[in-house]
Amino acid sequence: MTSLVGKSSISLSRIAIYAVLILVCVLYLVPLVVMLLTSFKTPEDIGTGNLLSWPAVVTAIGWVKAWDTVDGYFWNSIKITVPAVLLSTGIGALNGYVLSMWRFRGSQAFFGLLLFGCFLPFQTVLLPMSFTLGKMGLASTTTGLVFVHVVYGLAFTTLFFRNYYVSVPDALVKAARLDGAGFFTIFAKIILPMSTPIVMVCLIWQFTQIWNDFLFGVVFSSGDSQPITVALNNLVNTSTGVKEYNVDMAAAMIAGLPTLLVYVVAGKYFVRGLTAGAVKG
Amino acid sequence: MATLELRKVNKTYGPGLPDTLKNIELKIKEGEFLILVGPSGCGKSTLMNCIAGLENITGGEILIDETDISGMSPKDRDIAMVFQSYALYPTMSVRENIEFGLKIRKMAPAAIDEEVSRVAKLLQIEHLLNRKPGQLSGGQQQRVAMGRALARRPKIYLFDEPLSNLDAKLRVEMRTEMKLMHQRLKTTTVYVTHDQIEAMTLGDKVAVMKDGIIQQFGTPKEIYNDPANLFVASFIGSPPMNFIPLRLQRKDGRLIALLDSGQARCELPLSMSDAGLEDREVILGLRPEQIMLAPIEPNGLPTIRAEVQVTEPTGPDTLVFVQLNESKVCCRLAPDVAPQVGETMNLQFDPSKVLLFDAKSGERLGVLGKTQPVERTGNVAQFSRN
Repeated sequence: MTSLVGKSSISLSRIAIYAVLILVCVLYLVPLVVMLLTSFKTPEDIGTGNLLSWPAVVTAIGWVKAWDTVDGYFWNSIKITVPAVLLSTGIGALNGYVLSMWRFRGSQAFFGLLLFGCFLPFQTVLLPMSFTLGKMGLASTTTGLVFVHVVYGLAFTTLFFRNYYVSVPDALVKAARLDGAGFFTIFAKIILPMSTPIVMVCLIWQFTQIWNDFLFGVVFSSGDSQPITVALNNLVNTSTGVKEYNVDMAAAMIAGLPTLLVYVVAGKYFVRGLTAGAVKG
Repeated sequence: MATLELRKVNKTYGPGLPDTLKNIELKIKEGEFLILVGPSGCGKSTLMNCIAGLENITGGEILIDETDISGMSPKDRDIAMVFQSYALYPTMSVRENIEFGLKIRKMAPAAIDEEVSRVAKLLQIEHLLNRKPGQLSGGQQQRVAMGRALARRPKIYLFDEPLSNLDAKLRVEMRTEMKLMHQRLKTTTVYVTHDQIEAMTLGDKVAVMKDGIIQQFGTPKEIYNDPANLFVASFIGSPPMNFIPLRLQRKDGRLIALLDSGQARCELPLSMSDAGLEDREVILGLRPEQIMLAPIEPNGLPTIRAEVQVTEPTGPDTLVFVQLNESKVCCRLAPDVAPQVGETMNLQFDPSKVLLFDAKSGERLGVLGKTQPVERTGNVAQFSRN
C-alpha cells in the first residue's frame, strides 16, 4: 500500500517537473520562434496576422534584403572577432601559465590588479581608450576594435587560465625543467596540450562577448568599420520609411547565428571545461 | 655517476625570514645512496630542490665531481628526479614521457629507441609504452617516473618521497626493488623521505634533518646505535626509543641511575665516562628491543620487577608496556614469553647499551660510539621487518 502511494507521488512530482520544464522551455523559445516566423513573412502578412501565425507565403525576401544591408558589417565582425578571440585567448594562456607556474615577486598583487579589470564597467574605459586609439592611429578601424577587445578580454582570459593552471601540479614544470625544456617548450609541449577544456571555455566566452559587443563597436568605429551589432541597431532604429519587420528579424537572426553555432558545436566543451577539476597526473 | 658534496649550503626566502637550510655539509661517494630524512617542514625537500637547481641557494657550494654547480640551471646539472606525484606528462604516452628529455637533448632517434627499450625492459613496463599515464595504476606510474629518470643516464638521481603515494604492500615491494635497482646500477642517489624505515633500509648514508639543520649524518647503523641527540634517537626506530627523565647519582664511586617500577627499585650502574654527569638532569634512552626478560639464573645484569600495564601483539613480537619512574616504557619481547596484563615480570638490560641525553639541550651525553658494542646489525635487520 505504502509503496503504491510512494510510486504515484513520484510520478506526480515527475509530471510537475516536466510541466514546469516544458513551460520554461516554451517561454524561452517564443521570441526565437516569433523572429523566425516573422523573418519569413511578407510585410503585408506581418500587418494582418498575429505574431505566432504561420506565414501565409514563405518568402526569403527579408533574409536577402537583410543580408544585402549587413553583409559588409558581418565580415567586419568576423575580422574583429576572430583575431581578438585568438589573441586574447593566446595571451591569456601565457599570462595564466606565468602567474601560476613561474611566480615572481609581486605576482599575486599583479594578478589581483589584473582581476580588477574584470569588474571595470565598460563605460569607464571609453574615454581613455579612445584617447589611446587616437594616439595609436587606430581610431575607427577594425584593428582598433581588435585591440580594445584583446585588452579588455585579457583580464577574463588570464583569470580562466590562471585558475585552471593552479590545479596543475608544479612538479610537471619542475620535471620538464630537469628534462631540459625551457619556458616556451614547457608551455607548448606540456601545458597547452593539457588545456583543451579551458581553451574551449575561453574561446566560447570571448567569441560571445566580442561578437555581441555593442558599446565598444558603437563608440570606437564609424561607417564602414562598424560591427554587425551596430549595423543591426542602425537598421532597426531607422526613423525614415516603412518598418520592414521581416528584414529586421532576419538581420537579427544573421547577427545571432554565429554565437548560436559556436554553442551548438562546442557547447559540451564549455560545460566540461567549467567543471574540470584537478588534472589527474 | 658522480660524487656529491655540499659545503655550507644556506637557503633563506628573504631577509628577516628564518633560514630554511643552515650550513648543510654533506659528502657522498660515487654510487652511494644518500637518504635525507626528517619530519615535514624540516627542509629536506628544499635541499633536494636546491641540488636539482629548481631553487637557488643563498650561500655555500654544491659540488658534483668536484665542480661547483650551484650557479647552473637545472638542465645543465645532469640530474634526474623522480617526484612524489610522479609528474608524468598527462597528454603524452609512456614512451613519449621517457623520450621527452632525450629529444630535448637532441639524441639521435635510433639511440632514443634503444634507450627506451633498455629502460622499459629494466623496469618491466614494455607493455605499457603506448598507454597514457592516466590509464596506469599508481605502481605503474611510479615505474614510468623512474624510467624517465633512468633513460637520461644522469650523474645523479634525486628521489622525492617516491613511494609515499603507494599503498602499504606495494610500497614495501617497490622499496626492495629500488634497492635491487641501485645495487645493479650503482648510481649516486639522493632520496628524500619522512619514513624512517625507508631511511634505514635503503641508505648507505643517512642525514637526519630538523629545522633546516642536519642533526646527524652517518650510516644507518651509526644513526640507529649512536644517535647524536634526543631528536635523532626518537625519530629513528619503531617502536620508538624509551625515554626516562631522571637525575643521576653517585654511589660507591660509580655513576648510577635509579629506576623505580612502583614494585621494586633498581640501581643501574652506568659505564660511560662520567665527568660532570653527577647530579645532573638527564634523559635515559633505551630501545624496546634492548629490554629482556631476566633469566632464572642470575647473570649479573641489573634486574627490576615490574607490572605489565598493556600488551600489544604485533605478530613477530609482543610490545609490553610497564611503568618505570614517571614514564611508560615499551619492551619488545618474543610472543611466547610475553606475560599477560597484570602479571609481573623481571626485566633487565645491559647498562652498556643505555644512552644518556641532556634534559635541556637534548644533546647526547657520554662519549659517542664508546658505549656501543659493535654486534648490532641483527637489530637493524629485525627492525626493518616492521
